[in-house]
Amino acid sequence: MTRDEKVAYLKEKAIEMRKTALTMIHTAQSGHPGGSLSAADFVTALYFDEMNVKPEDPKWADRDRFVLSKGHVCPILYSALALREYFPFDTIYTLRKEGSILQGHPDMKVCPGVDISTGSLGQGLSTAVGMALAAKRDKKDYRVFCVVGDGESQEGQIWEAVMTAVKYQLDNLVIFVDNNNLQNDNTCDVVMPTGDLKGKFAAFGCETHGIDGHKMEEIVDVLDTIRDVKNGMPKVVVGKTVKGRGVSFMENVVMWHGVAPDKEQFAQAIAEVEGGLK
Amino acid sequence: MSKATRDAYGEAILELGKANPDIYVVDADIGKSCKTVPFFEQLPDQHVNVGIAEQNAAGVAAGLATCGKIPFVTSYAVFGSMRMCEQIRQEACYPKLNVKVACSHGGFTPANDGASHQGIEDMGIYRTIPNMTVIMPADYYSAKKLVKAAAEYYGPVYLRFTRDPIPFIYDEDAEFEIGKAVTLKEGNDIAIIANGDIMSRAVAAAEELEAKGHSVRLLDMHTIKPLDVDAVTAAIEEIGSIVTVEDHNILNGLGSAVCEIAAEMGKGKVKRIGIQDQFGESAPYDRLLEKNGVTVENIVASAEAVMTSKCC
Repeated sequence: MTRDEKVAYLKEKAIEMRKTALTMIHTAQSGHPGGSLSAADFVTALYFDEMNVKPEDPKWADRDRFVLSKGHVCPILYSALALREYFPFDTIYTLRKEGSILQGHPDMKVCPGVDISTGSLGQGLSTAVGMALAAKRDKKDYRVFCVVGDGESQEGQIWEAVMTAVKYQLDNLVIFVDNNNLQNDNTCDVVMPTGDLKGKFAAFGCETHGIDGHKMEEIVDVLDTIRDVKNGMPKVVVGKTVKGRGVSFMENVVMWHGVAPDKEQFAQAIAEVEGGLK
Repeated sequence: MSKATRDAYGEAILELGKANPDIYVVDADIGKSCKTVPFFEQLPDQHVNVGIAEQNAAGVAAGLATCGKIPFVTSYAVFGSMRMCEQIRQEACYPKLNVKVACSHGGFTPANDGASHQGIEDMGIYRTIPNMTVIMPADYYSAKKLVKAAAEYYGPVYLRFTRDPIPFIYDEDAEFEIGKAVTLKEGNDIAIIANGDIMSRAVAAAEELEAKGHSVRLLDMHTIKPLDVDAVTAAIEEIGSIVTVEDHNILNGLGSAVCEIAAEMGKGKVKRIGIQDQFGESAPYDRLLEKNGVTVENIVASAEAVMTSKCC
């Protein structure tokens, strides 16, 4: 596949990902659509191209790991796992229901493909550091991908984890910062300004890249750039994103952090998403 | 003869690490105090030091555990149970990962450090988290054995050690099983159920009671979760009069665990001896225990009161 073919393929997959995430949240009438949509494009590129995984063998020891540190946007992770057939697709209709493998926040004990249980913000990155360190110590070449929210970076533990990743030269760790500038209560700028995140990660000693987190071309290119770089530096991709991206009435609206669309809103959302990102 | 149980931890973890390359120590800059320096020096590839960042230590350990490692997060009881509490709950207990939390400075043993360093709530906190096992060994040899038992058990375990030397209770060849109390004395007038560093006081009290003609059953309840319910039930059924002794807040530790069984059975009289829901201070260890009634005299007096009264 050429780069352009790959980009076109991933853009199509991103449409399916958004539709799947919105469908499960609508069915559950509960969940977090805004952040699921802002992280959608990067997660799509990971699960449909970049990560070395075997859906038929989810615990394969040499697989790349994925840690959704901002665990509340698990509908987008579940969409990737469903579309990659880690479990039957119809499972998406059980999101947040009693007995479901698709818990409100990811549960590694019950859901194939979930590498660590998350949901309490600030903690996932530390576990990703542990996984990347294990790879180094075991002389294995798998990588660990971790998605962190910008609001989440207000947790001090994020920076504890970054220091550890730098100290142990974890160049097999890739952190994607979903920089949508919105959080639960308001914009990050109002709640707690996160400032120049790229500069902060760089100051801690990471190799940093800034991209448009919705431009598949830029996502594909940055992943190409960092793939084989063994320079002892953790890789950080700060993706400028828009919360709710792809659904006009959700974009940049704080309320859509954790609210499910009703029937009419869902129909409009699906119609908009099917047209792809404008 | 006496020795701190943190020394037992340092020796046991080194032996374990040499035998099994998956045994890891995750330190947070108090490895010197927690006796993990020989582990770091001899097994650097199995050691991580995250600096003064306990929350991260817990998370890194969980990540290591998902990759087949058996990490022992090492800290003081205060930080290991409270600073990293929610991380251990979310990333070790909830997914039932093979993470151990090994903490020195349990109870009043860091006496002159003052209240900030005296972990008196730790066992109670971890007792309330599902999937967690909570252990405090009573001496050096039992600590060595229980560290090894924790490494062999799959799942999260909290281990609590002493900063200061405590008397030997057991011989080197004594055997221990997680969740199974050790009967140090068999008797049928009064049961003393104790654990940890105050065991020598419980032993002395039992001997004094025996000298007074009472038959004493003395149990070392080194694991307060899972509690040895059979041993507690037998003590309630066969004896009925119980004194619990612990270097921990009387709320939610060993005493509470025993009371829960007695209350549900609707039988037995239990007197809890322990820290009276108050903070310590910089003071001699013996003095801190004395201020809370954790003395041989009070154990004896409480036992006699429980035996003779209908209610205590």
